[in-house]
Amino acid sequence: MSNYPRPDAATLLEIYKKATFIKQNDERVIKQMMAGKLVTPYYSPRGQEIIPSALSVSLDDDDYVCTIYRGVHDMLAKGFPLGEFWAELAGKATGSCKGKGGPMHLTHPAKGMMVTTGIVGSSMPIATGLGWAAKLDGKGRVSVANFGDGAANIGAFHEALNLAALWKLPVIFICQNNRYAEHTSFADSTLLTHLSARAAAYGMPGVTVDGNDPDAMYGAAKLAIERARAGEGPTLIEALTFRFNGHLIGDAAPYIPKAELEAAKALDPLPILRARLIAEGISTEAALAAIEAAIEAEIDAAVAASLAAPFPDVTELKRDVFAEEIA
Amino acid sequence: MTEIKQLNLIQAINLALNDAMAADPKVLVLGEEVGDKEEGGVMGVTKGLSTRFGTDRVRSTPISEQAIIGAAIGASIGGYRPVAEIMLMNFMAVPMDMIVNHAAKLRFMSGGQTNVPIVIRTMTGTGFSTGGQHSDYTEAWFAHTAGLKVVAPSTPDDAYGLMRSAIEDNDPVIFIENLPIYWTPGPVTCQHVPIGKAKVALEGADVTIVAHSRMVVEALAAAKTLAKEGIALEVVDLRTISPWDRAGVLASVAKTGRAIVVHEAVKQFGIGAEIASVLSEELWGQLKAPVRRLGAAFSPVPFSKPLETAYTPAAAEIAATARALMSA
Repeated sequence: MSNYPRPDAATLLEIYKKATFIKQNDERVIKQMMAGKLVTPYYSPRGQEIIPSALSVSLDDDDYVCTIYRGVHDMLAKGFPLGEFWAELAGKATGSCKGKGGPMHLTHPAKGMMVTTGIVGSSMPIATGLGWAAKLDGKGRVSVANFGDGAANIGAFHEALNLAALWKLPVIFICQNNRYAEHTSFADSTLLTHLSARAAAYGMPGVTVDGNDPDAMYGAAKLAIERARAGEGPTLIEALTFRFNGHLIGDAAPYIPKAELEAAKALDPLPILRARLIAEGISTEAALAAIEAAIEAEIDAAVAASLAAPFPDVTELKRDVFAEEIA
Repeated sequence: MTEIKQLNLIQAINLALNDAMAADPKVLVLGEEVGDKEEGGVMGVTKGLSTRFGTDRVRSTPISEQAIIGAAIGASIGGYRPVAEIMLMNFMAVPMDMIVNHAAKLRFMSGGQTNVPIVIRTMTGTGFSTGGQHSDYTEAWFAHTAGLKVVAPSTPDDAYGLMRSAIEDNDPVIFIENLPIYWTPGPVTCQHVPIGKAKVALEGADVTIVAHSRMVVEALAAAKTLAKEGIALEVVDLRTISPWDRAGVLASVAKTGRAIVVHEAVKQFGIGAEIASVLSEELWGQLKAPVRRLGAAFSPVPFSKPLETAYTPAAAEIAATARALMSA
């Protein structure tokens, strides 16, 4: 990993901005839910913020991303508009999907957010298809498939990785290994120590990195993206991380040993990166506080707008089922 | 005047794919053995396409149904129009998540921001003793799913025309091909056939038969028999199962006052139940007899020839049911 490209100071600050934006937004979603002001199934990405933040600084708007129900961090890092995000969570007509999809199906093609699926394992075959489209287009665009450690045990993982490798498609498979597939621990799901070992079975490079380390994650992602853009085919990145909250908000996660959770939280990558930015002179306490305050204000505005927005008209049930409205 | 060709269904679908690929560079074909190196499909439906249009656009795949449909969905969201082949309709059970949870729903769940203009070709049908996992009709699964269109032609002309329309449609279309009638020739006018429009295959005054795919052939055979007995069947070929042509079917049954819905799928919870129900709701008081349904026996498709023959609705059963309706 010594050969990995490293993020420069500006990129590191950008990664922090994205990650703290995701963290603060996550905390607000949970706060609104606890206050009874938001009713939604919500899968918190707290603890996994660095992965998409360090990835997306190397992606363009028209690069494709597919993600899963626990994918809010992937979307926000890619530039998903916050107002449309909050309105969609509230089921409002002004949401990105007109309130028809909700948090598990957030979509925003203008920023390359093509598919969010609520089905474990289904991001991979579709991202592979987007990679096929990108290869046919020949414009150097890449396709990213996000999924968890649980999804690596589904048959679609095998089919998609095999096809992407066989057809040499520009796909980056990012397995965010947060150690728990819903309620089941990683050790109870596979005998492997590292899921990246599976890449060899498909003839593609596979690497395991500390997904909470911005340098390692940035480097691994950048190499995989460059490889894909150059027409050299897909890469599997296993990004090690930890899920700080339960599977769903409301799940107290008694199946995670307390010591394991506390140890993971003690290594929360956000305060570590924040301290580093100050220690290395990349930013200052005052500047970071200003960034955080600006994010808080942006969230305030998005939440307020979502509360004020109208619900979709019931006639929407007849629209978007097909191109033609249902009679 | 355009020349009218005599083609069988295999040739008609092949011509439609050729014409569609020539007309639009975004049309792709993928599936197991679709390329010429693998003989252009097990029945040769895609023969010649990879040679003419190249293996970038006509891709043979591993035996990976989830990846095939996933690749088609992804490519379609990326701006292409893939025609995916799932060799047999029973194999559609393998990529059901991709079809039902994704292809069918992405347009709605994204609020219309994305759509999935794919065609999934698949073949099926009893008659060759292929048993319980190679010959089922499962169209009701797909017709029951909002967001999918389902078509099932019975003639080469409709096969050509529906394939052209299916490829140009902006939503996912399941295209059902019947194995035993693949080799039946007929005129092909090379015109698009609109999705959602039934066709009166035979006019008659007494009993309407609503059918699709091979059951249209059986209904026409029954009509021939009954004509000698002075009973005139009207055969309505649905062509599109979903969205089905309510107005067209209702008009025919309003005229005859009697209806039998026939399909090769098992009768229980089949599409015949939906059609019979609508006919009863809309034409109550005008019907001269209860709407009848004919479908396969409620069992897996059997292997042994006498069992397979008994399992599948056929002309004799259609004729007998029509006679019974006339004397009711």
